[in-house]
Amino acid sequence: MNVWDYFRDHQNDVLHWTWTTVWLAAVPLVAGLVIALPIGWLANRFRWTYPPLVTAAGLLYTIPSLVLFVVLPGLLGTKTLDPVNVAVALTVYTVALLVRVVADGLASVSATTLSAASAMGYTNRQRLFAVELPIAVPVIGAGLRVAAVSNVSLVSVASLLGVAQLGTLFTEGSQLNSLTPILLGLIMIVALALLFDGVILVAMRMLTPWQRAVRS
Amino acid sequence: MALASSDNGLDFGRVSVWLNDPANWWGPNGLLVHLREHVYYTLIAVVIALIIALPLGLWVGHTGHGVVAVAGLANGLRAVPSLGFVVLLVIWLSPKIHASTTIPGLVPTGSFQYFVPVEIVLVVLAIPPILTNTYAGVQNVDPAVRDAAKGMGMTGSQVVRKVEFPNALPLIMSGIRSATLQVIATATVAAYAPFLGGLGRLILDGVDVINDPHSGYPAMVSAGILVAVLAVVADLVLIGLERVVVSPGVSGRVARRRARPTAIPAGGAVVELAEA
Repeated sequence: MNVWDYFRDHQNDVLHWTWTTVWLAAVPLVAGLVIALPIGWLANRFRWTYPPLVTAAGLLYTIPSLVLFVVLPGLLGTKTLDPVNVAVALTVYTVALLVRVVADGLASVSATTLSAASAMGYTNRQRLFAVELPIAVPVIGAGLRVAAVSNVSLVSVASLLGVAQLGTLFTEGSQLNSLTPILLGLIMIVALALLFDGVILVAMRMLTPWQRAVRS
Repeated sequence: MALASSDNGLDFGRVSVWLNDPANWWGPNGLLVHLREHVYYTLIAVVIALIIALPLGLWVGHTGHGVVAVAGLANGLRAVPSLGFVVLLVIWLSPKIHASTTIPGLVPTGSFQYFVPVEIVLVVLAIPPILTNTYAGVQNVDPAVRDAAKGMGMTGSQVVRKVEFPNALPLIMSGIRSATLQVIATATVAAYAPFLGGLGRLILDGVDVINDPHSGYPAMVSAGILVAVLAVVADLVLIGLERVVVSPGVSGRVARRRARPTAIPAGGAVVELAEA
């Protein structure tokens, strides 16, 4: 059976799983960014907090995903099949990846720019949101792209614990001893990862209009 | 730890009971047997990846050929889900392997045809971090240093061995660290292949009998914690190794102590040349 026929036969399941995968990858991405922004800011603003914060984040990143999926139900009191475990685990990875990125992005803003903004009368808070964060967008966006792509492919690991999403195509293919669902799963997941990547890329361009203005 | 609600039987209290039973550590299906397998799988994959990626990365960095291809490949591979990759190779490749090789304590009878595809996946995933960091490390070498080496009459291969490689070593080591972490994590997932060991075996075998006090949730969490500990220890060992193999001149440890005049750009590299 070819991939397309398999897709037609299992259309409802596959579309439902695709939707679940999108949510399980996207929500942690946004949540992770929201959590990482203040931590990254802290690591940049008070430099002595940088080494411990970045090291702690790096340590979180060393925990294999399957392990986190297994351990979280015990910590959160959720059921093993609960998709919340997956969402929380991926949020942890996103934060782990982005703390350093946010701190480095903010640190990349040149001192002259900061002085100019202050001289123009920006308060510290205004300067952060109107000057520093926009200038850090390319760096933060690059980190976000890495997190997005790895989130999409990590979601599939959850199928080993029975959480239904696109990775279920892999376990199904293994049980049926058939390549078709596996290929479909690989195609869908890689396509989804590219889609996430593209969306972030477009958002970055929209948030940094000056980069195009300079080039043209 | 009484953090867990016990209504679904996923209680951390039972994890410590499980961990306190020596049979669960030393037994034939215990943690230590699977830890040893996990370490071997990881070592084999990282060493093979190193043999492939290190020369290739040095070549790409030195000549500048294929930089786009290498960067694109590394990015593309990140999107490929490792579980799908493992399952794909096990279904497609395993039936084609008829060798009945056995390696005592590592590859028991009948599992060689699953061992090979899993190692292939692990190697393929370990290559990109090493490869990209190696060529980036070589390309980051100060052009003035490279020119100086050439001016001293070094041949191309001498420049690579005595200048570019030692200067790129910190980045290469951090590539090896990411590769190792990646392999340790993926080896857990790879236990989905039949007959394979590693700590993932205990985690995946526990899924179907999750309420079983012996091989259910407590075994899964214990194996999981051990994988995380293994990842952290492996990372620390590699950080230690990095301190040993990276020339003090390159890492900057020597420059600070001697308080040299600041006129020497990339002082480490110059010290390195003088020693070579």
